[in-house]
Amino acid sequence: MNTHTDPLILYGETFNSRLLLGTSRYPSPQVLADAVQLARPAMLTASLRRQTAHADTSPAFWNLLRDMKVPVLPNTAGCHSIQEVITTAEMARELFETDWLKLELIGDDYSLQPDTINLASAAQQLIKAGFKVLPYCTEDLVLCQRLVDVGCQAVMPWAAPIGTGKGPINPYAMRLLRERLDVPLIVDAGLGLPSHACQVMEWGYDAVLLNTAVALANNPVSMAHAFALAVQAGRDAFLGGVMQAQESAQASTPLLGTPFWHQN
Amino acid sequence: MDTHCIQVWINQVAKELKVPAHLSDAIAAAGVKPPFAAAVNLQFVPKKNYASHILQTGDKIELIVPVTGG
Repeated sequence: MNTHTDPLILYGETFNSRLLLGTSRYPSPQVLADAVQLARPAMLTASLRRQTAHADTSPAFWNLLRDMKVPVLPNTAGCHSIQEVITTAEMARELFETDWLKLELIGDDYSLQPDTINLASAAQQLIKAGFKVLPYCTEDLVLCQRLVDVGCQAVMPWAAPIGTGKGPINPYAMRLLRERLDVPLIVDAGLGLPSHACQVMEWGYDAVLLNTAVALANNPVSMAHAFALAVQAGRDAFLGGVMQAQESAQASTPLLGTPFWHQN
Repeated sequence: MDTHCIQVWINQVAKELKVPAHLSDAIAAAGVKPPFAAAVNLQFVPKKNYASHILQTGDKIELIVPVTGG
């Protein structure tokens, strides 16, 4: 299926890719740029930090982000309270000149699990303030439903904790989520292999957001391309409709007219 | 501390500023280069208000810049 005839639609905006890519942990800015060039993601995530001597805070990243001409999705990584999220979001909106926001509200530093108790309230306040919120959340059905109830037009459940690369650790819940919610679902975090991305797309997920699986590959550019192909393959498979599995073998070649059949 | 100065915290570093001190003074003292955004005491301050936002002693100023992220 051509992405131009099957676009990803988020908050009424159309994207010609179902892959969203993080910009962190690449071996070099050039490798990031090459990966983006090949994978052609719908959006690139970025963040905000105090200015330090670290290279990541240099104007070079800002210039690279501008040069890549891909819509930016700022995140609120590292925020532990609703007020931190709101303030970071407002700073991001001014800095990146966008209303898009990847809402991250961390509830546990060890697992980086979202604060599932306060996430919906944070999302609600941000939506009232005009943000297009894409909340990073767990695969919990009721949490995702609450996020939709407060106005999120898409939600982003994890497949596994950030950076683990384990792939979907709770397939039952993720498939149930897909069955129960009609809004776009973007798998955010925990994917390690292109086959993981393909699998969740086969389940009917609408897009995939990943970073570490590409950035820490031996060849991030090749891996970015592989993920882009896997996402598209999974999407095509979902649209194609998967066959029902059978308990017994069924010959695919017709038996009628088989030579030497029953001669002995 | 000079009585005509206040002490503020810029990205967790103490800094003395002459009164009246505005956010624009703190930004100049920090030497942060654009692009950046600012917050005072966990409240966002838009660019247009830098010159008019009066600082008080003890204010905590955050000046943040774009970085890579996932």
